[in-house]
Amino acid sequence: MLLYILKRLGLAALVALTVSAISFSLLFLAGDPAISIAGENASSEDIAAITERYGFDRPLPVQYADWLVSAAQGDLGRSWYFDLPTTQIIGDRLGVTMTLGLLAISFALILAIPMGVAAAVRPNSLIDRAALFISVVGQAIPSFWFGLILIVVFSIKLGLVPASGSDSWKHFILPTVVLGYYATPAIMRLTRAGMIEVLSADYIRTARAKGLNPRKVLFKHALRNAVIPVISLAAVQMGFMLGGSIVVESIFALHGAGFLAWESISRNDLPVMQALILVFSMFYILFTFLADVLNAWMDPRLRVG
Amino acid sequence: MSDPILSIRNLTVDLPKGGDRPHAVEALSLDIQPKEIVCIVGESGSGKSITSFTTMGLLPKALTPSSGEVIFDGQDLLKISASEHAKLRGRRMAMIFQEPMSALNPCYTVGNQIEEMFEQHTDLAAAERRARTLRLLQEVHLPEPERIYTSYPHQLSGGQRQRIVIAMALALDPALLIADEPTTALDLSTQAQILHLLKELREHHSAGIMFVTHDFDVVAEIADRVVVMKEGRIVEEGTAEEVLNRPQHPYTRLLIDAVPRRTRVERDSLDGRPELLKVAGLEKTYHVKGNMFRPGRIVHACKNIEFAVRKGETLGIVGESGSGKSTLVKCLIRLEDPDEGAVWVEGTNIAAFSKRALHPYRKMIQIVFQDPYGSLNPRRTIGDQLVEGPVNFGRDRAEAMARARELMKIVRLDPEALNRYPNQFSGGQRQRICIARALMVEPKVLIADEAVSALDVSVQKEVLKLLNEIRDKMGLTVLFITHDLRVAAQVCDNLIVMQQGAIVERGTVDKVFGAPSHPYTQQLLAAQPGQGWDVPDVSKLPPVSAASGVGGVV
Repeated sequence: MLLYILKRLGLAALVALTVSAISFSLLFLAGDPAISIAGENASSEDIAAITERYGFDRPLPVQYADWLVSAAQGDLGRSWYFDLPTTQIIGDRLGVTMTLGLLAISFALILAIPMGVAAAVRPNSLIDRAALFISVVGQAIPSFWFGLILIVVFSIKLGLVPASGSDSWKHFILPTVVLGYYATPAIMRLTRAGMIEVLSADYIRTARAKGLNPRKVLFKHALRNAVIPVISLAAVQMGFMLGGSIVVESIFALHGAGFLAWESISRNDLPVMQALILVFSMFYILFTFLADVLNAWMDPRLRVG
Repeated sequence: MSDPILSIRNLTVDLPKGGDRPHAVEALSLDIQPKEIVCIVGESGSGKSITSFTTMGLLPKALTPSSGEVIFDGQDLLKISASEHAKLRGRRMAMIFQEPMSALNPCYTVGNQIEEMFEQHTDLAAAERRARTLRLLQEVHLPEPERIYTSYPHQLSGGQRQRIVIAMALALDPALLIADEPTTALDLSTQAQILHLLKELREHHSAGIMFVTHDFDVVAEIADRVVVMKEGRIVEEGTAEEVLNRPQHPYTRLLIDAVPRRTRVERDSLDGRPELLKVAGLEKTYHVKGNMFRPGRIVHACKNIEFAVRKGETLGIVGESGSGKSTLVKCLIRLEDPDEGAVWVEGTNIAAFSKRALHPYRKMIQIVFQDPYGSLNPRRTIGDQLVEGPVNFGRDRAEAMARARELMKIVRLDPEALNRYPNQFSGGQRQRICIARALMVEPKVLIADEAVSALDVSVQKEVLKLLNEIRDKMGLTVLFITHDLRVAAQVCDNLIVMQQGAIVERGTVDKVFGAPSHPYTQQLLAAQPGQGWDVPDVSKLPPVSAASGVGGVV
């Protein structure tokens, strides 16, 4: 098991390094960064001064190494717009995004797995139809529209929950539902498909032949096998929710990291974007790694040779 | 006689509407006594497994018992609720399945899976459950019970897994043990051990055993009583001695007649015929990749393989799984490249030919694989698949079609069937189509890689006969790869026996069977089931009496 974790960790480190190189190069893909910083009416002296100050005249590998070392020390540069350390700006916003992401994925899992299981146990039953309906609707509805509808109904008409902001737990209810519902269909369908396959496996017949009660057959023997691929999918979805919650954060005026990314694009604040991409990627890598470890813990074929 | 443990009376199980027959099992009656092994024999689709699943309450939802009684422990199993039936399973009746590889849950240790029996059905404390489990592992002769206890299924071999399933079944000393083809997926020597184990269990436990099988040699090895089924009905029933030696029903006779004999059909001498295929010093190793933490492993799949086959000869290559026979075949047809050595086909060494140089030689060696279901493309007509080979070698399509029609006749199928798709054929028919496909390019050597292993005995017999006929008619050389010594004995002129990548024994069939020199061959022959049984010559039995000749219940 330890060996497996070490291997995965090594792999994760390699991916992280690759991602860092890509996000570093972003700065240069948009043209000469000094010109972008100087703005439209800058003179060539200004640009030269900026090039000098940021060290853009040095060879790229040197700049990358330099940037990588600072990044490892927690320094991801300064925002051109706020002239503050990017880590500080992102740190302020990350809490909201993380809270929303974790709540949403939990919501999705809690909704999707039981529904997927129920649908698999009785294929083509009413439950299965209902689950299919929910998942098709989830895939079809754009989340901004769904968010607005929820605001109209629950905030404006019924006045049950606040429509915007992030001051209390109540503020997170609607965004969680919207973002979580978005992730539900894929997880549910994978659970359903996995369960249907596993339930026809020989070892399930063995479990039944042993006279185990149906609950034990279902939850101990079937679910564990069926849920292994779901873990990997959930990790990917979770990573996606961190970066992809921009729409939801905008609708509910949750000033999270997703919202910050959107703001930074419009402000042409490259260092913040660069840092956000790096941070999101690192989380993504972290979740995938955790999913791998969890999978290995669940599936002995992965951990013992 | 004491009271039977299980008593099935007039059981009928309906098939879903639109099937080829209305009932999976029809008016079946059967008794099993304590300490008795009753073999239910039949070919695929005979309803033998349905009978065992009905008893266990594990029938698929589409099948429903429509009438009859299954009396066990004084109650009718067809009348009790699902949860009452579940309480009997494991505790009073237990089952051993055909596929040991997939019968255990990959996520839990085998110890845990056996202990579940005690958890579910008893109040034993954890320590006691563990002790009982370890004792069971010992009873089924697994080495190092402590280590096995904490192993996961994927760490054990097929034979070991089957022992785990047996241990599980025995945990609570059930009154009835149902074994559904428990040795079919196992190697010969493992099969012998498992059969021995089951016989031992009959002595030490009082359980009655329902043993479902298609193999009459296994029946001869283990049965006290035999029930022969065909299309859902019992056609013959009696003591093992009666049924095996004096079968009454024509169908039983047909099945017994199809049992491979230990003796070969006499053939003309092969002396003086030219050598067609010759292999010398063939080596193949696989490198199992290591990584930074674990060194790689080298598997020596073929060690210095050397043999020659003459024109018109059938050479049997016999070995258990992992013996290297499949790798050898792949090297011969160059699906794998041998590391060293030579493969001469009519005097040309093709072992090191480039792909391009090899092309014209490809058609000289053709192969028929084990699985007739997997080796035909389900979306293309038989005709398309047959002409593909010759067209690929530059033959005109119409000409190839004519040849296909001709070959369909040779393998005794209707040439009109060329327009049909594989799913419209049975397993035996598909295998004949595969043979026809192999013959389309007019090969010199035909390799039959376990080509009859997946077929029912009666079908097997026909395909073997067909292979022999074609060999003689076309002057083919045949390499017959099999794990089944009985089949090899019937069709081969010479045999080589492989073990762990090396040839350990070679010679004529008579020599290998009559005077085996290598311990491994001796062991294989000893593991052969049904040795005490002299297969009767059905043609010399008295004619079928009128009463049993109508195909009804005896």
